[in-house]
Amino acid sequence: MTIFTCILLGFLVVCAVAASLSKNLLNTILIFMSYSLVMSIIWILLESPDLAITEAAVGAGVTTVLFVVTLKKIHAVIRSNDDSEEKEEGNKENE
Amino acid sequence: MSKKVSQEQYEKTFSYKFKRWLDGARDPFLDTVEMKPQKEFCEEEEVVRQHDEDRKQHIRHVYDMEHNAEMRIFHRVYKIFSILFCVFLVAMLLEAVSELPTFGEPDNPVNNEVAERYIEKGLQETGAINIVTGMILDYRAFDTLGESHVLFIATCTVLILLRVDKKESRDADETDDRSYEPKDDVILQTAAKLLVPPIFIFGIYIILAGHLGPGGGFSGGAVIGAGLILYQNAFGFAKTEEFFTAKTYRIMSFGALACYSIAKSYSFYTGANHIESMIPLGTPGAILSSGLILLLNICVGIVVAGTMYTFYAMFRKGGH
Repeated sequence: MTIFTCILLGFLVVCAVAASLSKNLLNTILIFMSYSLVMSIIWILLESPDLAITEAAVGAGVTTVLFVVTLKKIHAVIRSNDDSEEKEEGNKENE
Repeated sequence: MSKKVSQEQYEKTFSYKFKRWLDGARDPFLDTVEMKPQKEFCEEEEVVRQHDEDRKQHIRHVYDMEHNAEMRIFHRVYKIFSILFCVFLVAMLLEAVSELPTFGEPDNPVNNEVAERYIEKGLQETGAINIVTGMILDYRAFDTLGESHVLFIATCTVLILLRVDKKESRDADETDDRSYEPKDDVILQTAAKLLVPPIFIFGIYIILAGHLGPGGGFSGGAVIGAGLILYQNAFGFAKTEEFFTAKTYRIMSFGALACYSIAKSYSFYTGANHIESMIPLGTPGAILSSGLILLLNICVGIVVAGTMYTFYAMFRKGGH
Protein backbone atom coordinates (compact mmCIF):
# COMPACT_ATOMS: atom_id res chain seq x y z
CA MET A 1 0.00 0.00 0.00
CA THR A 2 2.88 2.37 0.79
CA ILE A 3 4.40 1.86 -2.65
CA PHE A 4 1.04 2.65 -4.23
CA THR A 5 0.77 5.84 -2.19
CA CYS A 6 4.30 6.85 -3.15
CA ILE A 7 3.54 6.33 -6.85
CA LEU A 8 0.41 8.44 -6.53
CA LEU A 9 2.26 11.20 -4.67
CA GLY A 10 4.94 11.23 -7.36
CA PHE A 11 2.24 11.48 -10.00
CA LEU A 12 0.73 14.37 -8.04
CA VAL A 13 4.01 16.30 -8.09
CA VAL A 14 4.49 15.61 -11.80
CA CYS A 15 0.95 16.79 -12.51
CA ALA A 16 1.41 19.98 -10.50
CA VAL A 17 4.64 20.88 -12.28
CA ALA A 18 3.29 19.93 -15.70
CA ALA A 19 0.16 22.02 -15.19
CA SER A 20 2.22 25.13 -14.51
CA LEU A 21 4.69 24.50 -17.34
CA SER A 22 2.22 23.55 -20.07
CA LYS A 23 1.84 26.19 -22.78
CA ASN A 24 -1.57 25.04 -24.01
CA LEU A 25 -4.35 26.14 -21.69
CA LEU A 26 -6.59 23.18 -22.54
CA ASN A 27 -3.78 20.79 -21.65
CA THR A 28 -3.30 22.62 -18.37
CA ILE A 29 -6.95 22.09 -17.49
CA LEU A 30 -6.83 18.40 -18.31
CA ILE A 31 -3.66 17.94 -16.26
CA PHE A 32 -5.29 19.82 -13.41
CA MET A 33 -8.27 17.46 -13.64
CA SER A 34 -6.04 14.40 -13.39
CA TYR A 35 -4.37 16.07 -10.41
CA SER A 36 -7.75 16.30 -8.68
CA LEU A 37 -8.54 12.70 -9.56
CA VAL A 38 -5.28 11.43 -8.05
CA MET A 39 -5.85 13.67 -5.05
CA SER A 40 -9.26 12.09 -4.45
CA ILE A 41 -7.68 8.61 -4.42
CA ILE A 42 -5.10 9.86 -1.94
CA TRP A 43 -7.89 11.18 0.26
CA ILE A 44 -9.37 7.68 0.35
CA LEU A 45 -5.98 6.26 1.31
CA LEU A 46 -5.79 8.87 4.08
CA GLU A 47 -9.16 7.53 5.33
CA SER A 48 -11.31 10.55 4.63
CA PRO A 49 -13.87 9.35 2.09
CA ASP A 50 -16.13 12.39 2.46
CA LEU A 51 -13.33 14.63 1.23
CA ALA A 52 -12.66 12.18 -1.59
CA ILE A 53 -16.27 12.45 -2.79
CA THR A 54 -16.13 16.25 -2.68
CA GLU A 55 -12.77 16.38 -4.45
CA ALA A 56 -13.96 14.07 -7.21
CA ALA A 57 -17.20 15.99 -7.76
CA VAL A 58 -15.89 19.54 -7.41
CA GLY A 59 -12.22 19.32 -8.37
CA ALA A 60 -12.40 16.84 -11.20
CA GLY A 61 -15.95 17.53 -12.33
CA VAL A 62 -17.43 20.97 -11.87
CA THR A 63 -14.24 23.07 -11.83
CA THR A 64 -12.96 21.47 -15.01
CA VAL A 65 -16.24 22.08 -16.78
CA LEU A 66 -16.25 25.72 -15.66
CA PHE A 67 -12.66 26.17 -16.86
CA VAL A 68 -13.44 24.66 -20.25
CA VAL A 69 -16.55 26.80 -20.65
CA THR A 70 -14.52 29.90 -19.80
CA LEU A 71 -11.83 28.95 -22.32
CA LYS A 72 -14.47 28.52 -24.98
CA LYS A 73 -16.00 31.89 -24.11
CA ILE A 74 -12.73 33.73 -24.52
CA HIS A 75 -12.02 31.79 -27.73
CA ALA A 76 -8.86 30.23 -26.36
CA VAL A 77 -9.65 26.75 -27.69
CA ILE A 78 -8.13 26.68 -31.16
CA ARG A 79 -9.37 24.07 -33.53
CA SER A 80 -6.57 22.29 -35.37
CA ASN A 81 -6.30 22.95 -39.09
CA ASP A 82 -7.05 19.51 -40.55
CA ASP A 83 -10.09 19.23 -38.30
CA SER A 84 -11.62 22.43 -39.67
CA GLU A 85 -10.83 21.31 -43.23
CA GLU A 86 -12.67 18.09 -42.63
CA LYS A 87 -15.62 20.07 -41.34
CA GLU A 88 -15.65 22.26 -44.43
CA GLU A 89 -15.56 19.22 -46.67
CA GLY A 90 -18.40 17.70 -44.72
CA ASN A 91 -20.42 20.87 -45.11
CA LYS A 92 -19.84 20.86 -48.86
CA GLU A 93 -20.95 17.27 -49.09
CA ASN A 94 -24.09 18.11 -47.17
CA GLU A 95 -24.85 20.95 -49.52
CA MET B 1 -57.19 75.63 -18.58
CA SER B 2 -58.46 79.14 -18.22
CA LYS B 3 -60.12 80.68 -21.23
CA LYS B 4 -58.38 84.05 -21.02
CA VAL B 5 -55.90 83.01 -23.73
CA SER B 6 -56.93 80.83 -26.63
CA GLN B 7 -55.17 77.55 -27.30
CA GLU B 8 -53.40 78.78 -30.42
CA GLN B 9 -52.07 81.84 -28.67
CA TYR B 10 -50.98 79.82 -25.74
CA GLU B 11 -49.00 77.48 -27.95
CA LYS B 12 -46.90 80.41 -29.14
CA THR B 13 -45.86 81.53 -25.68
CA PHE B 14 -42.49 80.75 -24.16
CA SER B 15 -43.98 79.03 -21.15
CA TYR B 16 -45.73 76.47 -23.36
CA LYS B 17 -42.47 75.67 -25.17
CA PHE B 18 -40.65 75.51 -21.87
CA LYS B 19 -43.24 73.12 -20.48
CA ARG B 20 -42.98 70.87 -23.53
CA TRP B 21 -39.21 70.88 -23.28
CA LEU B 22 -39.48 70.05 -19.59
CA ASP B 23 -41.81 67.12 -20.29
CA GLY B 24 -39.46 65.83 -22.91
CA ALA B 25 -42.13 66.08 -25.59
CA ARG B 26 -39.87 68.04 -27.88
CA ASP B 27 -36.26 67.54 -28.78
CA PRO B 28 -34.69 71.01 -28.79
CA PHE B 29 -32.06 69.99 -31.29
CA LEU B 30 -34.49 68.48 -33.78
CA ASP B 31 -34.65 70.42 -37.07
CA THR B 32 -32.19 73.00 -35.77
CA VAL B 33 -28.98 71.03 -35.70
CA GLU B 34 -27.76 68.73 -38.43
CA MET B 35 -27.46 65.24 -37.01
CA LYS B 36 -25.63 62.24 -38.42
CA PRO B 37 -25.04 58.80 -36.93
CA GLN B 38 -21.54 58.71 -35.52
CA LYS B 39 -18.90 56.79 -37.42
CA GLU B 40 -17.44 53.81 -35.65
CA PHE B 41 -14.15 54.74 -34.08
CA CYS B 42 -11.15 52.92 -35.51
CA GLU B 43 -7.61 54.15 -35.54
CA GLU B 44 -5.71 54.04 -38.78
CA GLU B 45 -2.59 51.96 -38.98
CA GLU B 46 -0.42 54.97 -39.65
CA VAL B 47 -1.73 56.73 -36.55
CA VAL B 48 -1.24 53.66 -34.39
CA ARG B 49 2.35 53.32 -35.59
CA GLN B 50 2.97 57.00 -34.97
CA HIS B 51 1.62 56.70 -31.42
CA ASP B 52 3.80 53.70 -30.76
CA GLU B 53 6.92 55.49 -31.98
CA ASP B 54 6.03 58.55 -29.98
CA ARG B 55 5.74 56.51 -26.85
CA LYS B 56 9.05 54.79 -27.45
CA GLN B 57 10.78 58.11 -28.04
CA HIS B 58 9.11 59.53 -24.99
CA ILE B 59 10.41 56.69 -22.84
CA ARG B 60 13.88 57.03 -24.33
CA HIS B 61 13.99 60.75 -23.66
CA VAL B 62 12.55 60.68 -20.19
CA TYR B 63 14.44 57.72 -18.81
CA ASP B 64 17.42 57.66 -21.19
CA MET B 65 18.32 54.11 -20.29
CA GLU B 66 21.80 54.22 -21.86
CA HIS B 67 23.00 57.29 -20.03
CA ASN B 68 20.87 57.41 -16.93
CA ALA B 69 23.18 55.92 -14.32
CA GLU B 70 20.67 56.26 -11.52
CA MET B 71 18.09 54.24 -13.43
CA ARG B 72 20.61 51.57 -14.33
CA ILE B 73 21.76 51.17 -10.75
CA PHE B 74 18.18 51.06 -9.56
CA HIS B 75 17.35 48.23 -11.97
CA ARG B 76 20.38 46.22 -10.95
CA VAL B 77 19.80 46.72 -7.23
CA TYR B 78 16.14 45.89 -7.69
CA LYS B 79 17.01 42.52 -9.23
CA ILE B 80 19.51 41.70 -6.51
CA PHE B 81 17.10 42.67 -3.77
CA SER B 82 14.27 40.65 -5.24
CA ILE B 83 16.46 37.54 -5.31
CA LEU B 84 17.65 38.18 -1.77
CA PHE B 85 14.09 38.68 -0.59
CA CYS B 86 12.97 35.38 -2.17
CA VAL B 87 15.87 33.50 -0.58
CA PHE B 88 15.12 35.10 2.77
CA LEU B 89 11.43 34.21 2.52
CA VAL B 90 12.14 30.58 1.59
CA ALA B 91 14.67 30.26 4.40
CA MET B 92 12.26 31.74 6.92
CA LEU B 93 9.44 29.41 5.90
CA LEU B 94 11.68 26.35 5.96
CA GLU B 95 12.93 27.35 9.39
CA ALA B 96 9.35 27.74 10.62
CA VAL B 97 8.40 24.34 9.22
CA SER B 98 11.36 22.67 10.91
CA GLU B 99 10.19 24.14 14.23
CA LEU B 100 6.77 22.50 13.91
CA PRO B 101 6.07 19.44 16.09
CA THR B 102 6.24 16.06 14.40
CA PHE B 103 3.08 15.07 12.57
CA GLY B 104 0.85 12.69 14.52
CA GLU B 105 2.52 12.92 17.94
CA PRO B 106 0.09 12.50 20.85
CA ASP B 107 1.56 15.50 22.73
CA ASN B 108 0.91 17.94 19.87
CA PRO B 109 -1.01 21.11 20.72
CA VAL B 110 -3.80 20.08 18.30
CA ASN B 111 -4.71 17.16 20.49
CA ASN B 112 -6.23 19.28 23.23
CA GLU B 113 -9.40 19.03 25.28
CA VAL B 114 -11.63 20.28 22.43
CA ALA B 115 -10.78 17.36 20.13
CA GLU B 116 -11.04 15.02 23.09
CA ARG B 117 -14.54 16.20 23.89
CA TYR B 118 -15.63 15.89 20.26
CA ILE B 119 -14.39 12.32 20.10
CA GLU B 120 -15.60 11.16 23.50
CA LYS B 121 -18.95 12.91 23.81
CA GLY B 122 -19.75 13.59 20.14
CA LEU B 123 -22.02 10.61 19.65
CA GLN B 124 -23.81 11.21 22.92
CA GLU B 125 -24.36 14.94 22.40
CA THR B 126 -25.14 15.11 18.69
CA GLY B 127 -26.45 11.61 18.00
CA ALA B 128 -24.49 11.39 14.75
CA ILE B 129 -22.37 8.33 14.06
CA ASN B 130 -20.27 10.26 11.55
CA ILE B 131 -18.27 12.40 13.91
CA VAL B 132 -17.25 14.88 11.20
CA THR B 133 -20.87 15.71 10.37
CA GLY B 134 -21.65 15.97 14.05
CA MET B 135 -18.88 18.51 14.35
CA ILE B 136 -19.62 20.72 11.35
CA LEU B 137 -23.42 20.68 11.65
CA ASP B 138 -23.85 20.68 15.40
CA TYR B 139 -20.91 22.08 17.33
CA ARG B 140 -19.86 24.38 14.50
CA ALA B 141 -23.16 24.82 12.66
CA PHE B 142 -22.71 28.57 12.69
CA ASP B 143 -19.59 28.21 10.52
CA THR B 144 -21.47 26.04 8.07
CA LEU B 145 -24.24 28.63 7.87
CA GLY B 146 -21.60 31.18 6.88
CA GLU B 147 -20.21 28.81 4.26
CA SER B 148 -23.64 28.31 2.72
CA HIS B 149 -24.06 32.06 2.54
CA VAL B 150 -20.67 32.37 0.88
CA LEU B 151 -21.95 30.15 -1.93
CA PHE B 152 -25.06 32.27 -2.27
CA ILE B 153 -23.03 35.49 -2.33
CA ALA B 154 -20.66 33.96 -4.90
CA THR B 155 -23.64 33.27 -7.16
CA CYS B 156 -24.81 36.86 -6.75
CA THR B 157 -21.33 38.13 -7.68
CA VAL B 158 -21.15 35.95 -10.78
CA LEU B 159 -24.63 37.18 -11.72
CA ILE B 160 -23.43 40.78 -11.44
CA LEU B 161 -20.35 40.06 -13.54
CA LEU B 162 -22.01 38.00 -16.27
CA ARG B 163 -25.34 39.75 -16.42
CA VAL B 164 -26.91 40.15 -19.85
CA ASP B 165 -29.43 42.97 -19.91
CA LYS B 166 -30.92 43.23 -23.37
CA LYS B 167 -33.05 40.45 -24.69
CA GLU B 168 -31.72 40.59 -28.27
CA SER B 169 -28.08 40.23 -27.29
CA ARG B 170 -28.95 37.32 -25.06
CA ASP B 171 -30.65 35.42 -27.86
CA ALA B 172 -27.75 36.07 -30.21
CA ASP B 173 -25.29 34.89 -27.61
CA GLU B 174 -27.20 31.69 -26.98
CA THR B 175 -27.38 30.69 -30.61
CA ASP B 176 -23.73 31.53 -31.02
CA ASP B 177 -22.85 29.36 -28.07
CA ARG B 178 -24.93 26.43 -29.26
CA SER B 179 -23.37 26.47 -32.71
CA TYR B 180 -20.07 25.34 -31.26
CA GLU B 181 -21.15 21.89 -30.22
CA PRO B 182 -22.93 18.98 -31.85
CA LYS B 183 -26.62 19.06 -31.16
CA ASP B 184 -28.38 15.87 -30.14
CA ASP B 185 -25.20 13.88 -29.76
CA VAL B 186 -26.33 10.23 -29.56
CA ILE B 187 -23.37 9.02 -27.52
CA LEU B 188 -23.69 11.81 -24.99
CA GLN B 189 -27.46 11.48 -24.71
CA THR B 190 -27.37 7.71 -24.22
CA ALA B 191 -24.63 8.02 -21.65
CA ALA B 192 -26.54 10.76 -19.85
CA LYS B 193 -29.72 8.69 -19.83
CA LEU B 194 -27.85 5.84 -18.18
CA LEU B 195 -25.71 7.91 -15.83
CA VAL B 196 -27.85 10.79 -14.61
CA PRO B 197 -30.39 8.79 -12.53
CA PRO B 198 -27.70 6.85 -10.61
CA ILE B 199 -25.76 10.08 -10.05
CA PHE B 200 -28.86 11.78 -8.63
CA ILE B 201 -29.69 8.80 -6.42
CA PHE B 202 -26.10 8.60 -5.20
CA GLY B 203 -26.11 12.32 -4.39
CA ILE B 204 -29.40 12.07 -2.51
CA TYR B 205 -28.05 9.05 -0.61
CA ILE B 206 -24.91 10.96 0.36
CA ILE B 207 -26.98 13.86 1.65
CA LEU B 208 -29.50 11.75 3.57
CA ALA B 209 -26.87 9.44 5.07
CA GLY B 210 -24.55 12.27 6.01
CA HIS B 211 -24.90 11.62 9.72
CA LEU B 212 -24.52 7.85 9.35
CA GLY B 213 -21.51 7.53 7.09
CA PRO B 214 -19.05 9.51 5.03
CA GLY B 215 -20.62 12.34 3.10
CA GLY B 216 -22.89 15.21 3.91
CA GLY B 217 -24.58 18.19 2.38
CA PHE B 218 -21.66 19.64 0.51
CA SER B 219 -20.41 16.47 -1.20
CA GLY B 220 -23.90 15.26 -2.03
CA GLY B 221 -24.88 18.65 -3.38
CA ALA B 222 -21.76 18.76 -5.53
CA VAL B 223 -22.57 15.31 -6.95
CA ILE B 224 -26.15 16.34 -7.80
CA GLY B 225 -24.87 19.58 -9.34
CA ALA B 226 -22.44 17.61 -11.53
CA GLY B 227 -25.34 15.36 -12.60
CA LEU B 228 -27.41 18.40 -13.53
CA ILE B 229 -24.55 19.78 -15.61
CA LEU B 230 -24.23 16.44 -17.43
CA TYR B 231 -27.97 16.41 -18.14
CA GLN B 232 -27.82 19.97 -19.44
CA ASN B 233 -24.86 19.15 -21.68
CA ALA B 234 -26.69 16.24 -23.25
CA PHE B 235 -30.17 17.69 -23.68
CA GLY B 236 -29.66 21.46 -23.81
CA PHE B 237 -31.06 24.42 -21.94
CA ALA B 238 -34.58 24.11 -23.33
CA LYS B 239 -35.12 20.76 -21.63
CA THR B 240 -33.35 21.63 -18.41
CA GLU B 241 -35.34 24.82 -17.98
CA GLU B 242 -38.55 22.81 -17.91
CA PHE B 243 -37.73 21.98 -14.31
CA PHE B 244 -34.80 24.18 -13.30
CA THR B 245 -34.65 27.90 -14.04
CA ALA B 246 -33.00 30.84 -12.38
CA LYS B 247 -36.26 31.46 -10.53
CA THR B 248 -36.30 27.90 -9.20
CA TYR B 249 -32.76 28.40 -7.98
CA ARG B 250 -33.68 31.63 -6.23
CA ILE B 251 -36.64 30.06 -4.44
CA MET B 252 -34.69 26.90 -3.55
CA SER B 253 -31.68 28.77 -2.27
CA PHE B 254 -33.67 31.25 -0.26
CA GLY B 255 -35.87 28.53 1.21
CA ALA B 256 -32.94 26.36 2.19
CA LEU B 257 -30.97 29.20 3.77
CA ALA B 258 -34.02 30.47 5.64
CA CYS B 259 -34.81 26.95 6.84
CA TYR B 260 -31.23 26.51 8.03
CA SER B 261 -31.26 29.85 9.84
CA ILE B 262 -34.58 29.18 11.55
CA ALA B 263 -33.61 25.67 12.62
CA LYS B 264 -30.28 26.81 13.99
CA SER B 265 -31.80 29.88 15.67
CA TYR B 266 -34.12 27.55 17.54
CA SER B 267 -31.29 25.41 18.81
CA PHE B 268 -29.17 28.45 19.69
CA TYR B 269 -32.10 29.97 21.57
CA THR B 270 -32.81 26.85 23.56
CA GLY B 271 -29.11 26.26 24.19
CA ALA B 272 -28.40 29.79 25.36
CA ASN B 273 -31.41 29.84 27.69
CA HIS B 274 -30.86 26.32 29.06
CA ILE B 275 -34.22 25.13 27.77
CA GLU B 276 -34.62 21.47 26.94
CA SER B 277 -34.73 21.13 23.14
CA MET B 278 -37.96 19.67 21.78
CA ILE B 279 -36.16 17.74 19.08
CA PRO B 280 -35.22 14.22 20.16
CA LEU B 281 -31.79 12.89 19.26
CA GLY B 282 -33.21 9.46 18.44
CA THR B 283 -31.30 6.22 18.38
CA PRO B 284 -27.88 6.59 16.77
CA GLY B 285 -27.77 4.72 13.46
CA ALA B 286 -31.38 5.30 12.47
CA ILE B 287 -32.06 7.54 9.48
CA LEU B 288 -34.31 9.84 11.54
CA SER B 289 -31.87 10.55 14.30
CA SER B 290 -29.34 13.09 15.53
CA GLY B 291 -31.75 16.00 15.89
CA LEU B 292 -31.46 18.77 13.33
CA ILE B 293 -28.46 17.40 11.43
CA LEU B 294 -30.51 15.63 8.76
CA LEU B 295 -32.53 18.79 8.02
CA LEU B 296 -29.42 20.95 7.93
CA ASN B 297 -27.71 18.48 5.60
CA ILE B 298 -30.63 18.65 3.18
CA CYS B 299 -30.57 22.46 3.27
CA VAL B 300 -26.84 22.64 2.56
CA GLY B 301 -27.22 20.03 -0.20
CA ILE B 302 -29.95 22.02 -1.95
CA VAL B 303 -27.89 25.22 -1.82
CA VAL B 304 -24.73 23.55 -3.12
CA ALA B 305 -26.46 21.63 -5.93
CA GLY B 306 -28.27 24.75 -7.12
CA THR B 307 -25.12 26.86 -6.93
CA MET B 308 -23.03 24.39 -8.93
CA TYR B 309 -25.54 24.22 -11.74
CA THR B 310 -26.28 27.96 -11.72
CA PHE B 311 -22.57 28.75 -12.00
CA TYR B 312 -22.39 26.56 -15.06
CA ALA B 313 -25.54 28.00 -16.63
CA MET B 314 -24.35 31.56 -16.05
CA PHE B 315 -20.93 30.82 -17.49
CA ARG B 316 -22.59 29.38 -20.57
CA LYS B 317 -25.19 32.01 -21.35
CA GLY B 318 -24.91 34.83 -18.84
CA GLY B 319 -27.23 35.60 -15.97
CA HIS B 320 -30.62 37.23 -16.23
